[in-house]
Amino acid sequence: MPDNLSTRPPTDPAQQELILAAVDKFLERDVVPHAHDLEARDEYPFEIVEQMKKLGLFGATIGEEWGGLGLDVSTYSKIVERVSAVWMSVSGIFNSHLIMAAAVERFGTEDQKRRYLPRFATGELRGGIALTEPDAGTDLQGIRTRAEKTADGDYILNGSKTWISNSIQGQILAVLTKTDPSAEPAHRGMSLFLVEKNEQFRVTRKLEKLGYKGIDSGELLLEDCHVSADNLIGGEEGRGLQHILGGLELGRINVAARGVGVARACLDESVRYAQIRKTFGKPIAEHQAIQLKLADMATQVEAARLLVESAALAYDKGERCDMEAGMAKLFASEAAVNNSLEAMRLHGAYGYAKEFNIERYYRDAPLLAIGEGTNELQKLIIARQLVKRNPV
Amino acid sequence: MKVLVPVKRVIDYNVKVRVKADKSGVELANVKMSMNPFDEISVEEAIRLKEAGKVDEIVAVSVGPQQCQETIRTALAMGADRGIHVLHDGDTEPLAVAKMLKALVDKEAPGLVIVGKQAIDDDCNQTGQMLSALLGWSQGTFASKLEVEGDAIHVTREVDGGLQTVQLKMPAVVTSDLRLNEPRYASLPNIMKAKKKPIDQVAPGDLGVDPAPRLETLKVEEPATRDAGQMVEDVAALVEKLRNEAKVI
Repeated sequence: MPDNLSTRPPTDPAQQELILAAVDKFLERDVVPHAHDLEARDEYPFEIVEQMKKLGLFGATIGEEWGGLGLDVSTYSKIVERVSAVWMSVSGIFNSHLIMAAAVERFGTEDQKRRYLPRFATGELRGGIALTEPDAGTDLQGIRTRAEKTADGDYILNGSKTWISNSIQGQILAVLTKTDPSAEPAHRGMSLFLVEKNEQFRVTRKLEKLGYKGIDSGELLLEDCHVSADNLIGGEEGRGLQHILGGLELGRINVAARGVGVARACLDESVRYAQIRKTFGKPIAEHQAIQLKLADMATQVEAARLLVESAALAYDKGERCDMEAGMAKLFASEAAVNNSLEAMRLHGAYGYAKEFNIERYYRDAPLLAIGEGTNELQKLIIARQLVKRNPV
Repeated sequence: MKVLVPVKRVIDYNVKVRVKADKSGVELANVKMSMNPFDEISVEEAIRLKEAGKVDEIVAVSVGPQQCQETIRTALAMGADRGIHVLHDGDTEPLAVAKMLKALVDKEAPGLVIVGKQAIDDDCNQTGQMLSALLGWSQGTFASKLEVEGDAIHVTREVDGGLQTVQLKMPAVVTSDLRLNEPRYASLPNIMKAKKKPIDQVAPGDLGVDPAPRLETLKVEEPATRDAGQMVEDVAALVEKLRNEAKVI
């Protein structure tokens, strides 16, 4: 259980409705008309990001005292679902940014909160979390990036990070390092730093991906990068993994909400298409083979959404929710993978064509089963928690 | 100057409206509702006038059930300063709404009322004109451009075949058309701040208005479905079909 975990009161339902209606309008006006072309060109959506700043999305879960909206995760996950149903990449631009912000808000020093949170909330300073390395992803304790303390008490960072969202267009990242590589257990030697990009902390490569295009995923190099001790999150060494794991619960609820969004988009387009497309003299929605698919897809969306709601509720109450978040992430991401393939079968050749959205969902969905801890790892987390919570 | 902007809660424009099985009206259960799009344009115009320093206060008014508070909140989140909710659960008709608005205008003394030219549910296009008549104020309907200059307002009107610009003496009632502006959507921080803006609630009786409908809805029906087109061999066959089947020539 992470310390400093604050609970968030539920958003008033009428207020939540207004928020979601504003998000819908933003999507309809500023994202839908551009998503297909930007995605096809793998182009960063600069104008959409500007609109997101105006809308206030970069401060969604940051506390009101820091200029954010202070939204509960239950409301936030509904925003993520909506955004992802239109274009999943857009959700990535604020998701990992907010995980970084959550680490600062929950574990940072007062000085760190004051220096960074207001600028994170407006989107003036944007970024994400830099955890994964070429040889360590899901197994975070295996990272090699080293932070060595200098005589003046600051740190010199060396190492490389990869698959880092928002690393190219963002200005700052929360970087997981080892301050004591010999510590046993390894996590006691891990520390999290806020590092602004500079000559010694730079992007070496933009990664090409199957899907999740538009958003920048980069490879980064830290080369004798000097970082002030003031930027060690929480000001204490050896707590980095704990700090980031607290954020990963939010990250997994994020990914689960994205899964619901993609799975729903596949369902919505399929329900529409099935009523328009005719074979053998009637709309395909009247064929049993299609009805069976629609029923399964709809049930997956509904079940995934309920799992996300349950995990988000536990998170908002400040309860331990790694099992709930793991279940939601596992089920919702598999629902997205399944529904995207089913939507493609249902749309036939149109589903396979670049001209329409289904093939994009089909390329985007598998990331959800891999990212933020593979689904195989989620099963281990669920099983371990299950046994731990039910001792004989 | 104060501006009064009526905002109506209607079925969202993206919803495919369905007629009730008993044909007594349209299905409202579990249907997404939002602010009438022409009223959003009115709110936006009022905000732009305020941003230009020509308006000091914007008051959003809605007549209808408790949920109309959400519609007023949307206007407040966009930039209106306060709201007035006339709580009424039954059907509303243009004349009753115009009378309630007149009573509120008498009390609030705005210099300008910007009304959506029509609501997308009943498409009446009457409230603004009725309000202007009840008040004895000038009216500029179907506005695509507004310019306030001193105690006059220039309204460019979208009329058949072109544009007409009229100069009205203030106070005035203006009804907004589609091209007046593109309304902003409320930012999330402004939605949070709008929680703290005041909404007064009154009853039609407080305004001395009897809201009972004067019209009786006999039947509501779906539009007739269009039949598939037919290919004809030649012009003669087309003329024959137009004359004898369609009976239009």
